[in-house]
Amino acid sequence: MAELDSFRSETRAWLEANCPPEMREPMRSESEACWGGRNWTFSSDAQRVWLERMVERGWTVPHWPKDYGGAGLSPAEAKVLKEEMARIGARNPLYSFGISMLGPALLKFGNDEQKKRFLPEIARGEIRWCQGYSEPGAGSDLAGLQTKAEDKGDHWLVNGQKVWTSYADKADWIFCLVRTSTESKQGGISFLLFDMQTPGVSTKPILLISGNSPFCETFFDDVKVPKNQVVGEVNRGWDVAKYLLGHEREMIAGMGLGGTGGTLGRMLKPDDPFLRAEIAAFDVDALAFAAMSERFFEMFKASEAHPASPSMMKYAGTELNKRRHELMMAAGGSDALEWDSDRSKGGKTPRDWLRTKANSIEGGTSEIQLNIVAKHILGLPGA
Amino acid sequence: MLQETAASFLADEGSIAKQLRHWRDTGCTDGYGTALWKQFGELGLTGICIPEAQGGLGLGSVEAALVLEEIGRNLTPSPFLTTAVAGARAIEGTAHAERWYPGILSGETVLALAVDESSRHAPEKTALAAERRGNGFVLNGQKQLVVHGNSADVILTIARTAGSPGEREGLTLFAVPKAAAEVESATLADSSKAAHITFSNVELDADAVVGEVDGGWAPLARALNAGRAGVSAELVGVAAGAWAMTVDYLKQRKQFGKLIGEFQALQHRAAHLYGEIEIARAAALKAAELLDSGGEKADLLVAVAKAKAASVSKLAVQEGVQMHGGIGMTDEHDIGLYMKREAVLGELFGDVYFHRARVAELSGY
Repeated sequence: MAELDSFRSETRAWLEANCPPEMREPMRSESEACWGGRNWTFSSDAQRVWLERMVERGWTVPHWPKDYGGAGLSPAEAKVLKEEMARIGARNPLYSFGISMLGPALLKFGNDEQKKRFLPEIARGEIRWCQGYSEPGAGSDLAGLQTKAEDKGDHWLVNGQKVWTSYADKADWIFCLVRTSTESKQGGISFLLFDMQTPGVSTKPILLISGNSPFCETFFDDVKVPKNQVVGEVNRGWDVAKYLLGHEREMIAGMGLGGTGGTLGRMLKPDDPFLRAEIAAFDVDALAFAAMSERFFEMFKASEAHPASPSMMKYAGTELNKRRHELMMAAGGSDALEWDSDRSKGGKTPRDWLRTKANSIEGGTSEIQLNIVAKHILGLPGA
Repeated sequence: MLQETAASFLADEGSIAKQLRHWRDTGCTDGYGTALWKQFGELGLTGICIPEAQGGLGLGSVEAALVLEEIGRNLTPSPFLTTAVAGARAIEGTAHAERWYPGILSGETVLALAVDESSRHAPEKTALAAERRGNGFVLNGQKQLVVHGNSADVILTIARTAGSPGEREGLTLFAVPKAAAEVESATLADSSKAAHITFSNVELDADAVVGEVDGGWAPLARALNAGRAGVSAELVGVAAGAWAMTVDYLKQRKQFGKLIGEFQALQHRAAHLYGEIEIARAAALKAAELLDSGGEKADLLVAVAKAKAASVSKLAVQEGVQMHGGIGMTDEHDIGLYMKREAVLGELFGDVYFHRARVAELSGY
């Protein structure tokens, strides 16, 4: 306990001295997030300095081993770091699918060479990753994917199309599910990593109802991929994919927390009694969900959580986030309808509201999450 | 360890058939078995919230929650919540602790908490008058939904010694011997007993005061927080018990040549309920932890826990009865008993609406 206390005071002092004041202000929009990567342009010196200092200490991935760019912190220490960052409102120095999704899968399934090659780069934010999972004919039925990788002796030859590839147009590398055998649906999938600059890769953004394009269509036309870039065994990529999906769902579930602390009612100060009652009902659910998230993350780190519980969290968190934005629209009245005007901050309220509608679709729909809970936790027949 | 002890003890001794149905069908006037309450005492469970220096286990709300979840799961009728949790907390650190703790520890004494004066929970609105007379007080007024009020040895009664209804100041908590008041017993929907109590010129000595005169809000708030966190845990147990029974049924009952658990419409509802129960349990545990650690958000989380546990438990019992179909409507089947218990516990110490309003108030809107 005393050691943890001294870790806390050292962490507090370091953050106080090293986190630039600009990085303690809440982000006004998604575009202020730092994603890193080889083409990244920092929006300010503060953003660059903050990332460099955190990378230096291994604190972009505090619980990863030191050899791979982390700080080797215990779960209790990582929690203290999180709390101390939250205390001063420090921004996340790096948003990264490499950290939240690929990294954990590489740590579990990657070989030594892959771990040494990719993990430190991920920790330093040097490579921006995208995820090549869904295809036009394989969304919720992910294992129905058709993108093909043929064994050409010294390389894989990849042909096919992916869709809903988040930020594919900005990514440096992709982690991608490909079909290497047609003998069985789930048993013929491999997990492949490759550079988005490889000849034959092209991307096209998809405009969403929010007016933004976080997603892309991605095309592979005779893409040559070196043989040593398969993670895990050939034809056993489904295991890697499922493990990674657990982490993706955990990350998306975090949206249910709303980010700001405080209750929605405190932020909106509703004066209509019916709206106030509905917001209070929402706040009860949101605060209860926050208690569950805390418990879930502790159980997850201690390996005590049920392996299917990220599905429960993803389902509950995303449904909650959609409700939050419906209430923000209701409380905003006609102000919340302004799509493009000076006083509406670029239509942030309606655009964010529309963006949340994808939450219960991306990373596996709510219905798929319920199927998983029914099958793996409840053990219901035929699920 | 405690959890395992409580779970096996309550599944064996506190089971529905052995307790709830037995006492209901034999027309028991207490609504629970006094022998079982003594067994609670022998296991040390009655002393969970009592300090070690006074012979208890010196544990807290978290441990009480673990026991209460099992009580809820088995629908065990017992005065554990009113006596070992809310009552023990109310008298904690006062002269009444010395007097009543030994009986609580041995499972011989039962306490009841008399707060509400109308059909809705509203502790601030207490009007029951306690006027000074000589060295003591005279009480006039009435209370309702006093759980175990008919079998309790002492009724902890919140009364007004100053101020006016709506104010937290000017309240005083009294330990009233049951014999002093007029007790009209009522059987509630879940077969538990609660009393309407009338105080007409009930004379009490000054030493009946628990804590300070005009300072009754402090012991009352302690008791209500412990009771609300406790009843949240019990509601989680009720929800979990109803849900488990329902999922078992989905795996056994065949219709259209299939197990009904194969139907996605039912799978999704059962899976949704699973998540809601986990969330309610996390909220109840968080509330209990904050009460034990004196966290500044304890009041807020207690309100969250009660509102969430009550709404989730209501969903669980409704889905439970519906998914059981016709058999779920029969008295012979246990699922309906969960629905009745939820209705009573959901109301106790403030319903969903009371606690949502409290969350709004505590959050400043």
